[in-house]
Amino acid sequence: MSADITARADTAVPTAEATRAEPVRPVRRRRVRYAALLTPLGSLGAALGVWYAVSYLLLSPARRFLVPPPQQVLTVSFLDWTHLQPMLQALSLTAQVALVGLFIACALGVTAAVLMSRARWLERSLYPYAVILQTVPILAIVPLVGLWFGFGFTSRVVVCVLIALFPMISNTLFGIQSVDRAHHDLFTLQRASRWARLRKLELPAALPSVFTGLRTSSGLSVIGAIVGDMFFKQGEPGIGTLLDVYRSRLQSEDLFAAIILASLFGVTVFALFTLVARLAVGSWHASADRP
Amino acid sequence: MFMLSTFLTVALKGADVPTTAEDTLDATLRFESVDKHFANGTTALTGLELSIAPGEFVAVVGPSGCGKSTLLRLASGLDAATGGTVHAPVDSVGYVFQDPTLLPWRTVLANVELPAELAGTPKAERRERALDALRLVGLEGFEKQLPGQLSGGMRMRASLARALMTRPSLFLLDEPFGALDEMTRLRMQEELQRIYADTGFAALFITHSVTEAVFLARRVVVMSARPGRITASFDVPFPHPRPAQLRYDPGFGRIAGEVSAALRGGLQ
Repeated sequence: MSADITARADTAVPTAEATRAEPVRPVRRRRVRYAALLTPLGSLGAALGVWYAVSYLLLSPARRFLVPPPQQVLTVSFLDWTHLQPMLQALSLTAQVALVGLFIACALGVTAAVLMSRARWLERSLYPYAVILQTVPILAIVPLVGLWFGFGFTSRVVVCVLIALFPMISNTLFGIQSVDRAHHDLFTLQRASRWARLRKLELPAALPSVFTGLRTSSGLSVIGAIVGDMFFKQGEPGIGTLLDVYRSRLQSEDLFAAIILASLFGVTVFALFTLVARLAVGSWHASADRP
Repeated sequence: MFMLSTFLTVALKGADVPTTAEDTLDATLRFESVDKHFANGTTALTGLELSIAPGEFVAVVGPSGCGKSTLLRLASGLDAATGGTVHAPVDSVGYVFQDPTLLPWRTVLANVELPAELAGTPKAERRERALDALRLVGLEGFEKQLPGQLSGGMRMRASLARALMTRPSLFLLDEPFGALDEMTRLRMQEELQRIYADTGFAALFITHSVTEAVFLARRVVVMSARPGRITASFDVPFPHPRPAQLRYDPGFGRIAGEVSAALRGGLQ
């Protein structure tokens, strides 16, 4: 103890060496680049490990079909074109459904939000129904959608729209309503028309919020498309249709592969809209930096 | 000279005596026994009388919350008086807000062009006027930058340029340099009074800095705490353009001291 103190006292004595001015090295938060790549790779490795463990240690060979090991999914499904090809074809159809649904939800949502922002009474009369749309379980209205729009492409799109609409409305409305009061004053002083105010102030100011909504809605729209595939099976199969087929035939390798493909598609769509948001508003708005 | 028609009566409520043509032509901005009550029951201004001649630079000093900003909102027509009359050339007002209030998605040039754009000025003309205004405030070469890339002082310069764009006969400035650091603030004061000397608009400048008020204005008006009234008025005789060293002139110090004393008297 005492030795420790003397040792410290020794070092504390200022010497000519210690007091000489030294060039100051900037204190910077080190950003270790490879760590950004290493950690997700590590977690992927861990996940594969768990997957193997469940396949080989937990399940008896007779029940191994419940969780086929990764290399089997790879060889049976991904590397076999006769298995992979229908999956990719189905995925492209699902992607079409999701994007058409997202586009409609985006147009409808922005329009509804602009309308609601024009008059308080419009907001009061429309917004509650937007909330109801959000809270009603989508599976509860799916049968009705089928009755009204048939059991094919149209209904799949309708499900997408229903599920992706609310975030577009609420985010756009929030963006328009958060416009700085002083900015409004600026437009008032110039006797700006309502149209000029909307086009040159409210919509550009709301753009970051619109993109936040778009990112949320894009993910939801992928889910909507897959749910739609499962219920509306007329016409070409979507990836959701295949999931149901593989489940019923116990083709568990294909089931896993289809799930992975569908997830990758969801991630891609999300990443795509993050990128679009960054390109559109990243130069002036910080929200676009966040993934 | 302004056309009589450009003088719009901002608030008619409580005005029973129509003003004569001479009276109106005399002043660029005139408050006649103006009251302002807010819906929540606070009284911002009572019986306020203030008149600004064409080309006159008037600074208003007063404690926080004495209704100084309300004065500008009434003069610009953003708010209406609850009593009395405000005469102002509302179509020829340049308003400089406390914050630069630039639109972050527009370049400096596009921001400065905005008032003319909203007024429907042809593109070539407004581009030229914007470039002139930017040159006047010393922002040449920064036209293509976004506001987020500029310093606080430069953003305020852009905001001044935007207000100059409209070639206003009346400038309303609401503590425009309040958020700037001391050095930038002094430099901006010098710039503003140089622009004033060059262009000769009438101005109502709100501040809580006594030296700023005395350095810029031809007349300094002291307001009392809420409800706001004008308690004293001082002429500042130094000619424009004023050199920066004027701040250390004994005569300057004396006036600043008097304004300060009046301000403190109003606080008690």
